[in-house]
Order: sequence, then structure tokens, then C-alpha cells
Amino acid sequence: MATIALRNLVKSYGKAEVIHGINLDIADGEFVVFVGPSGCGKSTTLRMIAGLEEVSGGDILIGDQVVNELDPKRRNIAMVFQNYAIYPHMSVRQNIAFGLYTSPLSRDQKDARVTEAAKMLGLEALLDRRPAALSGGQRQRVAIGRAMVRNPAAFLFDEPLSNLDAQLRAQMRIEIKRLHQRLGTTIAYVTHDQIEAMTMADRIVVMRDGHILQSGTPTEIYDAPVDVFTAQFIGSPSMNLLPAVDAGGRIVAQPGGPLLVGLRPHDLVVGVPDGAFTVSGEVTAVEPLGHETLVHFLAEGRPVTATAPARMIPAIGGTVQASAAAGALYLFDAATEKAMGRR
Amino acid sequence: MTTAPTAPALAMPRIRPGRIVIWTLLFLGGVIMVTPLIFMFSTSLKTAGQVYDLRMIPAAPTLDNYIKVLSDGRFLRWFFNSTIIALTVTLSNVFFDSLVGYTLAKFRFRGRYFVFLAILSTLMIPTEMLVIPWYLMSAEFGWLNSYWGIMFPGMMTAFGTFLMKQFFETVPDDFLEAARIDGLNEFTIWWRIAMPLVTPALSALAIFTFLGNWTAFFWPLIVTTSQELYTLPIGLSSFAVEQAIQWEMIMTGASLATLPTLLVFLLLQRYIVRGVMLAGLKG
Ligand SMILES: Nc1ncnc2c1ncn2[C@@H]1O[C@H](COP(=O)(O)OP(=O)(O)OP(=O)(O)O)[C@@H](O)[C@H]1O
Ligand SMILES: [Mg+2]
Repeated sequence: MATIALRNLVKSYGKAEVIHGINLDIADGEFVVFVGPSGCGKSTTLRMIAGLEEVSGGDILIGDQVVNELDPKRRNIAMVFQNYAIYPHMSVRQNIAFGLYTSPLSRDQKDARVTEAAKMLGLEALLDRRPAALSGGQRQRVAIGRAMVRNPAAFLFDEPLSNLDAQLRAQMRIEIKRLHQRLGTTIAYVTHDQIEAMTMADRIVVMRDGHILQSGTPTEIYDAPVDVFTAQFIGSPSMNLLPAVDAGGRIVAQPGGPLLVGLRPHDLVVGVPDGAFTVSGEVTAVEPLGHETLVHFLAEGRPVTATAPARMIPAIGGTVQASAAAGALYLFDAATEKAMGRR
Repeated sequence: MTTAPTAPALAMPRIRPGRIVIWTLLFLGGVIMVTPLIFMFSTSLKTAGQVYDLRMIPAAPTLDNYIKVLSDGRFLRWFFNSTIIALTVTLSNVFFDSLVGYTLAKFRFRGRYFVFLAILSTLMIPTEMLVIPWYLMSAEFGWLNSYWGIMFPGMMTAFGTFLMKQFFETVPDDFLEAARIDGLNEFTIWWRIAMPLVTPALSALAIFTFLGNWTAFFWPLIVTTSQELYTLPIGLSSFAVEQAIQWEMIMTGASLATLPTLLVFLLLQRYIVRGVMLAGLKG
């Protein structure tokens, strides 16, 4: 069990600074998910916590201890990699037991730990197999088992599910979350998939270009994104943005306006006669999903995505009008792209 | 129902003319390669009087030559010398070449590229040029006429280091980092994780090194003067001189010397083929 703290953490490769002094406190037992686009520095941050990369500036604390200079093994953390990193020349049992390679436990105690982890992960029947004879999901479970047997102070995951297909990913999301609830260990988890972030995190940390843009619970980030980037990154389909002006208390779309109005597709409904904000345009595509239909149209030359009730599928080329209710509007400053509250 | 569809399955597989040419050439090549070996073996079964009777199968095959050669203590001694030397050098190469190759492949340190180039550049220097400095060095250190004197130039090779470096580069860093987090020290990571992942390359290296040292002639000839320390090839050639060209004896010795090579090939054929392909050599 441990807290993790980052204090003005900086990482440079040669002259190129890729992490620009980030600060973060991870509480004991918290599940924190780092999200952000490719190359924003998520893996680098995680690898610094693990001790696989040197810290260029600032401090990392695990518990109360500054660990900047500590070898990975002295940090008592376990890491699960995107490519599983389980050894092809060892059986599942040996792979899981490998987490205890340097542990002072007796042989029996080690065996007991391995068996317990295997049971928890549903790997008992596979213990004597080689990794080559496992599915992707099973391999990832072996990697998690190997991390678990150590009883680490914290788990670090670097995109552990990105090599799995969509269905398995959904299943493993739930399993990892359940595991967290059961073990109560601190977890730092990196992904670029915002659905993983939303569904698993106690707290999401949104990163971009080596900075932390925002950190908060999934609902906080969804409801009150600090800027356009976060607003568009979290939530699927992505939020619509239209230039607008505040015309005496009412927000209306206007090309080149001083505001950006953000509307989640879910809040922008086709066929509702009036609301706090209305746009219309020519339909370019429709995606019926069964329970509702996603309607893509062009408003003032900008692509907009709205939703239509299940049985209402607008014709392509026709004109639709969509509106959002009061309270569903996100306002941003068009120049700085910073949030200006909801309306 | 008709039987027509089954006909092609029964027919001879279609043979293209190009194939026939290739097979013929390969067959002829094979015959050319194997003939001397067969002659060697068949001569070793003949008596002195029959040597110039060039029949493939001796009229009255006999194992007398083998008994004679094997009861001459020197031959066994040479066989033993060769075995010790080839095995030691092979183990040394497998260990040190891969240790250095691993370091060059997986660690970032100042001067890494320079070290690699320096090692690689020694590949360009032919053995003939090195023999004199080696000899002077051996004389200076008192290594002449010793196992160590025979072995030291080959204890590590630039080629082996280069080969292993290339292979270690294919081992994903994640494997090593995961072990690092689990608390293994760097040596154990290399030995327990990286080495098992490059076994094909290791077996290729071992086979090439063993065969190369088993058949080595030039340097062992120069560095040894006492018969006690001869390796098989040197011993056999001295045999040839002192026996006033008793071909049947020479061929018996040669047959015995070829035995380990043949065994290595037969037992490890799979690895050799893979090794040759891996190393990108032409065999
Ligand atoms: N060894 C290195 N040398 C130089 N630059 C590096 C090195 N490793 C990473 N970088 C740079 O650091 C930045 C952050 O990389 P990082 O791997 O942390 O990104 P990421 O957020 O994990 O991206 P992804 O989602 O693609 O995994 C990138 O711009 C990358 O080019
Ligand atoms: Mg990454």
C-alpha cells in the first residue's frame, strides 16, 4: 500500500524536454488513469515511477520516500507491459513465480502465492502450458499474475489491453477493476483509450505534450472539462464545437464568433423543436445504432454530430434541425480555448 | 460418378524441366563432395598392398589400421587435445561473445558505437597478418607449446560478438525491464532471460566455433613444437611425413578425425541449417 507523488517532475532526452514539470498526488489505493494522445508522455511518466527511466528534474515519492535514485526492485512496485513481457521459454507457472524470483519466501509459500494468483485469475488449468499456447487475454492475465504475487505497493499498467480485441478488452476492463476492488492496491494505469479511462478510473489524469491538463474523477472531467482539448478527448462520440456569440443571454452560432460552444452529440437531439441552442444543416451520413441514430450534418460548413431517436432515420441530403436543452452547452473562449462554464 | 477427379492424385507429381536441371547439378555436386570422403573411408579399410587398387569397396576390408592407429598412444593424445581445445574455445565464445554482444545491443553508454566499430574492424584483418604478433606475444609470455597458446587467439571472436549482438537486438526490451522490476540483477537477466531467447543463434555459434577449431591447422602448427601438444590435424600431417606416405594409415587417422565433425553435423543438422540461414551466410 502506498501513495505516489510527483513533484515538478521533468524528463529530458538530451536537449528535448518531454515532461515539463508535472505535479500529481495519487492516494493510497487509488486507481489513477493517465490518458492523452500518442507521444504526450504517459509511458515516460510511468517508466519514471517504475525506475526504468532516470528523472531529469523534480522528485518522485512512493510513501514518504523520495525514490529518484532507487533501483526499480527497491521501489516495491510491479508493472504490466503492453506486450505482456511473459517469457516464451517458461511455463505459465514459472512465469508467475518469476515475480518472486528474489523474494525470501520459502518454496511452499511461493507455491501458495502462485496458486492463489492463478485461482484469482482463472489460470489454474493452464499453469503448465507455455505462453505460445495461450490466447492474448490469457497471456495478459499471466502478466497480471506475475505482478500480483509480489504483493507490491502499487501496480503500474502501460496500455495493457491495447493488443486485445474489443470484446476481450471490455471483459478485461471489468476484471482489472474487480481485482483492484479486491486487492485495494494503488494503480497507475496508462491508456490512450478514453473509454478505459472513463470506466476504470477513480481519477483521470489528462495529459498533452508533457503537461497535465486536468485531473479529476471521470464525471468531473466529463462535466467540467478545463479546455477544448479535454472536452473533445473525453466522451464518445467526440464533442461538437461551433463558433458562437452571446446575443443578449442567448447563445447563437456565428462564424468567427468570440465563443466556442461545445455540444455532446448525445445532448444535441434531432427533431426537438426548440432548445437553448439550435443548429441545422444538410445530412451527410447516418449511423443507426438501434436504440438511437447518429446523424452527421454540416452546419455553417462545419461537421456536426447529433442523435435522433431510434426509429427516426433522416434521409441523406435532407435538412435537419437539432437542438440542445439548457444546461447542455459547454462554453469556451475561442482565442484561448479555455472553458468558460456551462449554460 | 466418374473416376476422373481422383486421377491427378494418383499421377506422378508434375516435374518441371528447370527442376531436373537443378537436381542433376545438385546431385553431381553432392557426388563430387562425397567421393573423397568415401575414398578416405574405403582406403582406411585396405591393407598397404591394396592402396593403389582404386576400388571403392576393398576386396578384403580389415580394421587392422584402426587397431594400429588407436594403439599408437599419440593419436589418442591428439584426439584428446583437439577435443579439450575445441570444447573450451566453444564454451568461451558462447559465453563471452554473447556477454559482449548483449552489452552492445542492450546498454546505452558513451563510446558504445566506437567499441562496436573497433571490434568489427578486426574482422577485416586476415589471420596471416596476425600470426606473427601472436607468436611474438606467445613467446614473450611463455605461451608457446601450451593449450593456452593454441587457444588464446580464438577465445573471443569479432564475428561471434557481432552475430550475438544482432540477435540480442531482437529481444524486446520489455522482457528485460520486467525482470529488472522483479529485482533480478543484470547478470541474471542476461543469463536467465536473454540467453534462452537466442538459443538458435547460440547453437549456430557453438557449431561453427567447434568445427572451426576442430579443423584449425595454421596457428596450432606454428605455436606447438612438441608432439604431446599437437592437435589432430597437426598430428595427422606429421603422421603423413614420418610414415613415408602410408596412405592407409593416414586415411584411418583422417576418418577418425572426421567422426566428431560428422556426428556434430548429423545430430545438429537442423540447427546448422537454421544457423546458416540466421547468420545470413552462404554455408
Ligand atoms: N528514448 C527516447 N529518446 C528520445 N525521445 C523519446 C524517447 N522515448 C520517448 N521519447 C519521446 O518522449 C515523448 C513521450 O513519449 P511516451 O512514450 O511517453 O509517449 P506516450 O504518451 O506513452 O505515447 P503512446 O500513447 O504512443 O505510447 C515522445 O515525444 C517521444 O518521442
Ligand atoms: Mg506509451
